[in-house]
Amino acid sequence: MSIKTYAQAIRDVIAEEMRKNDKVFIMGEDIAKQGGIFGCTRGLLDEFGSERVRNTPISEAGFVGAGIGAACAGMRPIVELMYMDFTYVSMDQLLNQAAKIRYMFGGKATVPMVIRGQQGIGRGNGGQHSQCVEQFFMHIPGMKVAMPSSPSDAAGLLRTAIRDNNPVMFFEHKALYATKGEVPDDPEFAIPFGKANVLKEGKDVTIIGTHLYASKAMNVAKTLEAEGIDVEVIDPRTLVPMDTETMINSVKKTGRAVVVHEAHRTGGPGAEIASIITEGAFKYLDAPVIRLGAKQCTLPFNLGLENAVVPQEDDIIRAVKAVLYQ
Amino acid sequence: MIEKERMIHIFKTMNKIRKFEEKALQLFEQNKLRGSVHLCIGQEAIPATVCSLLRDVDYITSTHRGHGDCIAKGAELGRAMAELMGKATGYCKGRGGSMHIADFTKGNLGANAIVGGGLPIAVGGALAAKLKGTDQVAVAFFGDGASNIGTFHESLNLASVWKLPVIFVCVNNLYGISCHVSESTSVVDIGTSRAQGYNMPGYSIDGNDVITINDVMEKAIARAKAGEGPSLVECKTYRWFGHWTGDPQVYRTRQEVEDWKQKCPIKRFKEYLITNNILTNAECVEIEEDAFNQVEAATKFALESPEPDTSKVMEDVFCEN
Ligand SMILES: Cc1ncc(C[n+]2csc(CCOP(=O)(O)OP(=O)(O)O)c2C)c(N)n1
Ligand SMILES: [Mg+2]
Repeated sequence: MSIKTYAQAIRDVIAEEMRKNDKVFIMGEDIAKQGGIFGCTRGLLDEFGSERVRNTPISEAGFVGAGIGAACAGMRPIVELMYMDFTYVSMDQLLNQAAKIRYMFGGKATVPMVIRGQQGIGRGNGGQHSQCVEQFFMHIPGMKVAMPSSPSDAAGLLRTAIRDNNPVMFFEHKALYATKGEVPDDPEFAIPFGKANVLKEGKDVTIIGTHLYASKAMNVAKTLEAEGIDVEVIDPRTLVPMDTETMINSVKKTGRAVVVHEAHRTGGPGAEIASIITEGAFKYLDAPVIRLGAKQCTLPFNLGLENAVVPQEDDIIRAVKAVLYQ
Repeated sequence: MIEKERMIHIFKTMNKIRKFEEKALQLFEQNKLRGSVHLCIGQEAIPATVCSLLRDVDYITSTHRGHGDCIAKGAELGRAMAELMGKATGYCKGRGGSMHIADFTKGNLGANAIVGGGLPIAVGGALAAKLKGTDQVAVAFFGDGASNIGTFHESLNLASVWKLPVIFVCVNNLYGISCHVSESTSVVDIGTSRAQGYNMPGYSIDGNDVITINDVMEKAIARAKAGEGPSLVECKTYRWFGHWTGDPQVYRTRQEVEDWKQKCPIKRFKEYLITNNILTNAECVEIEEDAFNQVEAATKFALESPEPDTSKVMEDVFCEN
């Protein structure tokens, strides 16, 4: 084990996979000399050179599409988007092209490609640089969706993503880059997609949280323990494929669930998870599943307003008590 | 030709922008500003000169590096500074921040944090002017980096085939974050080269020279108002500070920055004004001091302004019919 930041964990896996497989290359804005504005590609240019570590112009539709084409033609591109908000700029290539190519062409093509970048609040970047956008990629079939919440998950899920033969949307969180944690040194360490992480077992209520809300849910569990409430905490890790079994089994045990994420509440991942639980564990439920997510307004710049828009730990505690009728 | 009064106005605007940016940097370093701040120090001649030719009814769209554009288009410094601080009195009630100042009453259709996001919107402003039969024009400000995104190319083509009264002003400061234009851009002169492909007049000019910018913009605006269509004006300039506050600037040398500081657009225009007996040195200094004082007053206003009311966070998602 080594202690690494989330950003270092990502960087190291990219480097290791590039060493092992010369088909893997990376492109994106300011990733070469600058090493990415969050440092996730630092040093890669020196080791691998400018053919495999490519700075792109500000042309998201163009270079995301070029990644798709290169993947179809046998390469294994990693495409960095500086902010996942810029998926919107390249959405046609992502959702009309990458997601559809295999199925629409009768299963003949493969698109082994990773689109990775950070999203979310935490740096006062305002409405066009603070969004969470994973839900769009759950809705359109054909792409896998990973959401690492720790340095170790970042490493293990990214290795799986790079080796996957399908397009993978790999969502990092800007507020997680500096967090530190233990990461296995094994250069083959990989976390399979579709296997949720049960962060804490408990018998009273299940909290399902992604990204920042995995650790926030753990904090809440600790707070509530003092009040005699035994919380189970689950991080789904990947939203496509989704580990429905672990979540349904958990709720069969606890009878109550709160789902929380930073993406907007309406039509968000929580809506899907709440439905899965309701369909899969209806007879076991003692209360309706509660979803928490950002309010239906643009992420505001002001910190106080931003905090008013995204769920706080107090909101999670209130939701847990609501499903317990307390 | 710039009449004397407008020259003085341009000089005042350049100084206001410079002092505003210096203050923004200072406030950021004192942790009084959240987020990232993109300073336009070194580029002041462009917004000051371009907007001196526009009226309140004319439109602009701006970028993440947009403080200068909004000040030149007539923004009150206090409300602009308040927006940088996320205060309730800011132009966007503290919801936009540094990258999103808009003032529709002055024709500022908004700064945009999506590179290239503003160009089609400026085209739309020009389309509305054409449909309404007014003599309004629209100006899209954008960077060299933005000239490589799809919306640039779609906007130029659209404006050209529809002969819209829009002027595309490319502020080429040689870099998009760490990426030098030569690494990202297929041509050396974005203005002259890329305009050809879209069948419109193109200019690649010294963006630190008020007189040159003015001459070219007068032509472009006259063409727009005559219904002959758009122009592309590339102004070559340089940003003195990092892409954003905190940029390690590994991509350029100190010497390069120093060389460009020698080409300071404000110093240059000041010398022009004095040499041509438009202003005395003392009058110039007075203007500089006045700009400083205006920014100080604006900062005081912003610091003393209230935080937004969190209970109103869901207001303005939709408007009433
Ligand atoms: C669509 C999009 N891609 C990337 C970014 C990140 N980004 C912000 S500013 C910038 C560089 C812009 O360069 P340029 O257009 O030359 O403007 P400058 O910053 O030099 O004023 C980049 C890449 C963004 N905001 N929007
Ligand atoms: Mg630039």
